[in-house]
Amino acid sequence: MSLAHRIIPCLDTDGGRVVKGVNFVALRDAGDPVALARRYNAECADELVVLDIAASRDRRPTFLETIRKVAAELAIPLTAGGGIRTLDDARAVVRAGADKVTVNTAAVLRPGLISELSEEFGSQAVVLAIDAKRDGECWRVMTTGGRVSTDLEAVTWATKGAELGAGEILLTSVDRDGTQSGFDVALTAAISKQVMVPVIASGGARWPQHFAEIFREGAADAALAASIFHDGIQSIRSLKEFLASEKIQVRLPC
Amino acid sequence: MNVSLLDYGAGNLPSVERALQRLGARSERVSTSAGVANASALILPGVGHYGALIRALDRDGLRESLIAAIERGVPFLGICLGLQALFQKSEEAPDLRGLQILPGSVRVMSGAVKLPHMGWNQVQTKCESRLLEGIDSGAYFYFAHSYAAPYTGDEQALETRATCSYGGEFVAVAEKENIFAVQFHPEKSGDAGQRVLENFLRIAA
Repeated sequence: MSLAHRIIPCLDTDGGRVVKGVNFVALRDAGDPVALARRYNAECADELVVLDIAASRDRRPTFLETIRKVAAELAIPLTAGGGIRTLDDARAVVRAGADKVTVNTAAVLRPGLISELSEEFGSQAVVLAIDAKRDGECWRVMTTGGRVSTDLEAVTWATKGAELGAGEILLTSVDRDGTQSGFDVALTAAISKQVMVPVIASGGARWPQHFAEIFREGAADAALAASIFHDGIQSIRSLKEFLASEKIQVRLPC
Repeated sequence: MNVSLLDYGAGNLPSVERALQRLGARSERVSTSAGVANASALILPGVGHYGALIRALDRDGLRESLIAAIERGVPFLGICLGLQALFQKSEEAPDLRGLQILPGSVRVMSGAVKLPHMGWNQVQTKCESRLLEGIDSGAYFYFAHSYAAPYTGDEQALETRATCSYGGEFVAVAEKENIFAVQFHPEKSGDAGQRVLENFLRIAA
């Protein structure tokens, strides 16, 4: 008996609509964050992540309103982020109903932000998002939506982030993101085995077997995906039933 | 019935409010001794640092009014840190005194496990629990914590109604007369969590 492996759908939003990786043809509610949140809550999702991909100041009130509406639908934890630069940004997101806050670029620029957030909300509420890209034998940390390269190495940065007070790592493989060719097992295993906080693997999911692989070989504690859930290619419940049949511990029934 | 939520600035208070709302219950926030004294049912939600909670209780004179209300028989539910506060003390803030209603103390979780203990874990029923009525032993609940009250058996056998294992076995559900406490977050634990809150509301009604 141990912790269940979590399945986490992610809503990338812009101006109150889910925008990234959504095949709008397949489902009439695909762009509505509230309708998707309701569906995932009922479908046995273990958690939900909502990101503001534009992260522009003038659209922030819309994002906070999205968090409020989504939180009202959920009886599971909600993580929110995108453009969190200060303690005040994080407070606004938590006040709107998020249980956890993700930080990415701002934490790279100013690592002390992680400690500030952890002291205010507790480390269980601070998720360090890392976008990593293969670079020879190691992985480079990328910022600004995976576009800007830094001089940080991903395993080192994840370790430092956990030391500073991050309670979880949301690890996205820039190489795999959007490819549907499977999670990055080597990257995830390298970080998950090194860092003593839970790791959420992200980027590249397509088939149920990909999830089994990232839990077994990648040592991931949770796995995140967007489009395959939004498009209805993969239902969360049937994914969890598959994982249970593979003897991977998941939260079922629920 | 009106449920009073003790407001000392805990992050999960709005989540608990929303969960109660979904169940059709009315709630209000209280932050003063007078508010606690007038409560007909009390919930102490809590995430964050043990020291911050205990200091808030002592600063605002809430400790005495809380203990008085509990002694008067007011139904009380402690969530997460709200459970930990009921024990003697915690390693997270060793110099501070807990509410000292339950035997045992709170320690950092150990063993070869990742911390925080974050996610869905199974709760094993030890003996009959009013809070877990209608919920099967082995049901999953959402946890998010690094400290817990290790289950020691003997002295805690009476109050401990269910435990969870992570690194070691710890108290997940405690009950003592009108006092109820859970280490997990019922407000974030899907249908099983809603059932726990429903049970508390029914007991308190």
